[in-house]
Amino acid sequence: MSALLSVNNVSKRFRGLVAVDRLNFQVNQGDVFAVIGPNGAGKTTLFNMIAGVFSPDGGTIALADQRINGLSPDQICRRGVGRTFQIVRPFPALSVEGNVIVAALLHRHLVADARAHAGEVLRQLDLYDKRAQRASGLTLPDRKRLELARALATDPKLLLLDEVMAGLRPTETDRMVAILKQLNRSRGLTILLIEHVMRAVMALAGRVLVMHHGAAIAEGAPDEVVRDRAVIDSYLGAETVV
Amino acid sequence: MIGRLVADVPRRAALALSVFFLVLLVVPWFANDYLLTVLILIFYFAYTGQAWNIMMGFVGQLSLGHAIYIGLGGYTAAVLFSYFGISPWLGSFAAMLLAVLCGAIIGFLAFRFRVAGVYFAILTIAFAEFARIGFDHFTYVGGSAGFFLPVSNYSQSDLWTLRGKPIMFYYLSLGMTVAAVILCHLMIGSRIGYFWQAIREDEEAARAVGIDTFRYKLLAVVISAAMTSLAGVFFAFYYNNLFPEEVFSINRSIELILAPIFGGLGTLFGPILGAFLLTGLAETLTAAWAALGVDVPGAKQVFYGICLLLVITVLPDGVWPWLYRRLGLAGRPE
Repeated sequence: MSALLSVNNVSKRFRGLVAVDRLNFQVNQGDVFAVIGPNGAGKTTLFNMIAGVFSPDGGTIALADQRINGLSPDQICRRGVGRTFQIVRPFPALSVEGNVIVAALLHRHLVADARAHAGEVLRQLDLYDKRAQRASGLTLPDRKRLELARALATDPKLLLLDEVMAGLRPTETDRMVAILKQLNRSRGLTILLIEHVMRAVMALAGRVLVMHHGAAIAEGAPDEVVRDRAVIDSYLGAETVV
Repeated sequence: MIGRLVADVPRRAALALSVFFLVLLVVPWFANDYLLTVLILIFYFAYTGQAWNIMMGFVGQLSLGHAIYIGLGGYTAAVLFSYFGISPWLGSFAAMLLAVLCGAIIGFLAFRFRVAGVYFAILTIAFAEFARIGFDHFTYVGGSAGFFLPVSNYSQSDLWTLRGKPIMFYYLSLGMTVAAVILCHLMIGSRIGYFWQAIREDEEAARAVGIDTFRYKLLAVVISAAMTSLAGVFFAFYYNNLFPEEVFSINRSIELILAPIFGGLGTLFGPILGAFLLTGLAETLTAAWAALGVDVPGAKQVFYGICLLLVITVLPDGVWPWLYRRLGLAGRPE
């Protein structure tokens, strides 16, 4: 199977600090791929390079065999990469529906078509009843789902999720996991997620990459990775091993 | 097109609007020339407020130099008419072209180099000041001595050359305001309008959903500039004189942002309501002082200052959104 996303030898330095160090991995079509690691491991930097916020200092990033590094965030989104923000960024004065319509308009020219598509996405994410509310008035779990709804409405081939579980209660986490699983199964949506909540990673991911000090220290199936000595030492700690 | 225009306007509001519009249509039969000039001023501010609101209210880009478009529009059409006998209707196209070019340059420089917020506002002031000083020394159009359009006593109004009585300018300004409201209504409900609002709310998030923010911000500047230049054409033919010190001054730029701020940024009726309230009240005040026989220089400016202070502290969203809620209308004020 060909890789949808391939990250080849990618590096990023901030002055003296090497945030990401010659990283290599591939995400196949239809995969759920998780990137985990301690704070400061370079996960968000990696994420921002894929999303086009930063340009890598070295290496290449390719989406379906086309180079995307160096493109701007909006160009990358138009190529089919949808993203969420770790700290949610809704358009506060717009309605919930308005937020999603904006995203749906990317590949639709009529507002009526975009509204119909936004309605479908909002129904999927249990936000349809709140569509007329202002986004600024939503609770955190709702905002997290709105963030996801907005990314989905751009019709992405690859969905990038930056800690969508952070700040959610366990029941909310399970709800989010169920939604993501459904998206992955029903439409074969490829998902790359950065996550600290291991409960969600174990339930969702088919493959896991563990980063530490900007480099990959392990990659594999979730249950293999959590038994890896280096991973336990640097990130998980002995007691979390199931 | 028409369907989209009225589709989401509630019936009561449509009725109120129609009545209001009819009253404005018949006003000249009952009003004297003084009242007409006040109304013309109100429409001038409602129109320019609408144009400025596209940038500030829709896309969140603060321009404090819109006088540049007023001045460029006015001078272009006035020169074409006085020197070459070209009708202001045709001159308007040249005026818009020049304003679009100027707006594109300002927008390109600002957005290409990520000049935002206060710095963007300062850049717009700087361009207006360049123009003011430039035109002061531009002797072909009179330099600092000013440029005058030919005036004679007209027994009849000539719409083609815009030479005539206040009543003609009244209908012209009314028409321009209505056209601006319709255009803004169509834009804000369209794809462009959604993208603009997204950029206003959070530019980085807007980029993340695939919006080319540079392009859409530039589009807003260019449309706003073109619309404002038409107000400049109107200004030139209504007052028949242009002085760089006056037409490009920061006062021109500031006075046209008062109505939308007072009435409600980002709304369609905010600039109109703001223009009616501010200009109407200020003129009443002036008339009252004249009747009392006292002369208070600068009273109008103090009045504007107090009004703005009150609105910013008590009703930061502007008068129209507040009124909208008080009227018990549902949804978002437009």
